[in-house]
Amino acid sequence: MIDFILGHYVYWAIIALLIIGLYGMIFKNNLAKKLIGMTIFQVAIIMFYVASASKWAATVPVLDTALGAAEAAKYISPLQHCLMLTAIVVGVATSGVAFALVISIFRTYKTLTESVLLERMKSS
Amino acid sequence: MIINNSPALAPLLLLAAAISIPVLALLSKRLAYLTAIATSLVATAVSVLNLWRVWESGPLRYHFGGWTPPIGIEYVVDPLSAFVALVVNAVALVVLWHAMGLADEEIAGRAVPYYSLVLLLLCGANGMILTGDLFNLYVFLEIFSLACYGLIGIGEKQAAVASFRYLIMGTVGASFYLLGLGFIYIVTGSLNMADLRNILPLVYGNPAITAGLTLIVVGMGIKMAIFPLHGWLPDAYTYAPSTTSALIAPLGTKVAAYVIIRVLFYVFDAGYVSGALPMTDFIAWLAAIGIIYGSVLAIAQNEMKRMLAYSSVAQIGYIGLGIGMANPFGFIGAVLHIVNHAFMKGTLFLVAANLRKNSGHSDIARLDAAYRKKLPWSMAAFTLAALSMIGLPPTAGFFSKWYLALAAVDKGNWVFLAVILVSSLLNAVYFFRILERVYLLPPPAGEKEGEGFPLKSKTGAGLGLGEEKWGLMIPACVLSFCLLLLGIGNAGIVKGVIQRIIPIGM
Repeated sequence: MIDFILGHYVYWAIIALLIIGLYGMIFKNNLAKKLIGMTIFQVAIIMFYVASASKWAATVPVLDTALGAAEAAKYISPLQHCLMLTAIVVGVATSGVAFALVISIFRTYKTLTESVLLERMKSS
Repeated sequence: MIINNSPALAPLLLLAAAISIPVLALLSKRLAYLTAIATSLVATAVSVLNLWRVWESGPLRYHFGGWTPPIGIEYVVDPLSAFVALVVNAVALVVLWHAMGLADEEIAGRAVPYYSLVLLLLCGANGMILTGDLFNLYVFLEIFSLACYGLIGIGEKQAAVASFRYLIMGTVGASFYLLGLGFIYIVTGSLNMADLRNILPLVYGNPAITAGLTLIVVGMGIKMAIFPLHGWLPDAYTYAPSTTSALIAPLGTKVAAYVIIRVLFYVFDAGYVSGALPMTDFIAWLAAIGIIYGSVLAIAQNEMKRMLAYSSVAQIGYIGLGIGMANPFGFIGAVLHIVNHAFMKGTLFLVAANLRKNSGHSDIARLDAAYRKKLPWSMAAFTLAALSMIGLPPTAGFFSKWYLALAAVDKGNWVFLAVILVSSLLNAVYFFRILERVYLLPPPAGEKEGEGFPLKSKTGAGLGLGEEKWGLMIPACVLSFCLLLLGIGNAGIVKGVIQRIIPIGM
């Protein structure tokens, strides 16, 4: 049991991050804080991929003349890192669009607090 | 030879055009519009070419950069993807044509970014449909979604809030998809769909695979707005500019539905997802609840766009029901309904846009007999689409419901059959509410025929058809005419396309 918990400590941390992110998106009243939650959620998934690529006694996936290409197991998998580079870019673009929307909301309603926002939307 | 590259042509052209439109707009706005229309036309033509090539010589596999899968990324054009891509591009072309007459007025000053975003949206949709790589699909999904958020956000005041909500939920959906994909990748070591199809049977029953598939279906379920994950949809459709709703309502949710079909039945195995892992049963029951829920709430709405949005929730339920029943008839019904609903909702939202353009509102309570004089062709298109939604033969809507009903009988599930029949009745209730006001009420007392209706804009009153602008009326009529064509030609579609691709194991 202890082994199960300690042996997967990275994944427990990632689960914690996922939950913090979801909590932020669902329960926080401020739109900017919701966005922070969203970013944490995305980062947790990036960490998950990167953690899945890690390996003991292996080196970075760049051809090492001393090792040669024959022993592929001595290199860590580069694919997850490449995928996550793309995912990070996607995440940045999403945050950009989200903050543009937040600014547009603030200009219209002069608030970012969701409860106040809903009242002003009704009254307008 | 350019014809050999036809699978990759549509997304690349659309992407290039989306980037160049803001630059071209510096020269001339007219040029930017024409580029948008021309690119969309070319994309449709390429889709026709793809479908023809698939018809002639079987599925095409296009390897990017000459790298063979599973290392490289490939596009796969099979009858299903070619057909859905054609539908998406064709509907978008008609909506863009309609937008030419509307964008300058409705989203004044933001028309150029609108066209650019539309092409980006189409690029994402085409990529999602054609790709044979699950991670590539995620990237195109995000391109598609970001364009969606932008298109919704340029609407009226509340649109930014609706768009923000959609962004939060949509990003959670896409993240779920990515997380699920991670689970599947860690177990199988592959991202290629055809490759996964061979590897996955060896690891069925692995809890990580089950979790991965569940996350992917839930994530795409949010994008598809299947009940109870539809929370973002009504506000987004209502507050978005009419031209955007007419584009996103037919396409947005359908592409996600296509991805669910692709993953469940072509990456995984229909026998597995409906047998050992009863995933499809959950989808079917949720969809059945969604059909009734959406229809009942649609009856309660007083604003036409909002009513159509709730009706979308119900119609997506039909697609989900077809997927969930996981038998050949259900599959035919689901694919056919993806197509039919794209054309039906396209028509209905275009007419809602024409109403807003003409009278500045689309409140159902304020519709009266004057509209049948002022917008005769738009209302005729609306009537045809409404009949199709209710499911009267020979309109297209009848046939998809017919196949879904056959699937329910085939499966021996009478609850689903009852849901399909009852919801047709509910559809009739909320559409006849409008048709009754427009066609059956006597003209308002004290008004002469064709008078007493304040036209908001002064252009083109004398076309002789009583419609304000040809450019707004004809696209709606074209789409609704397609409903008749699809209905009459439905046997050809089912035999020629859908029956060829019924997934193995159903």
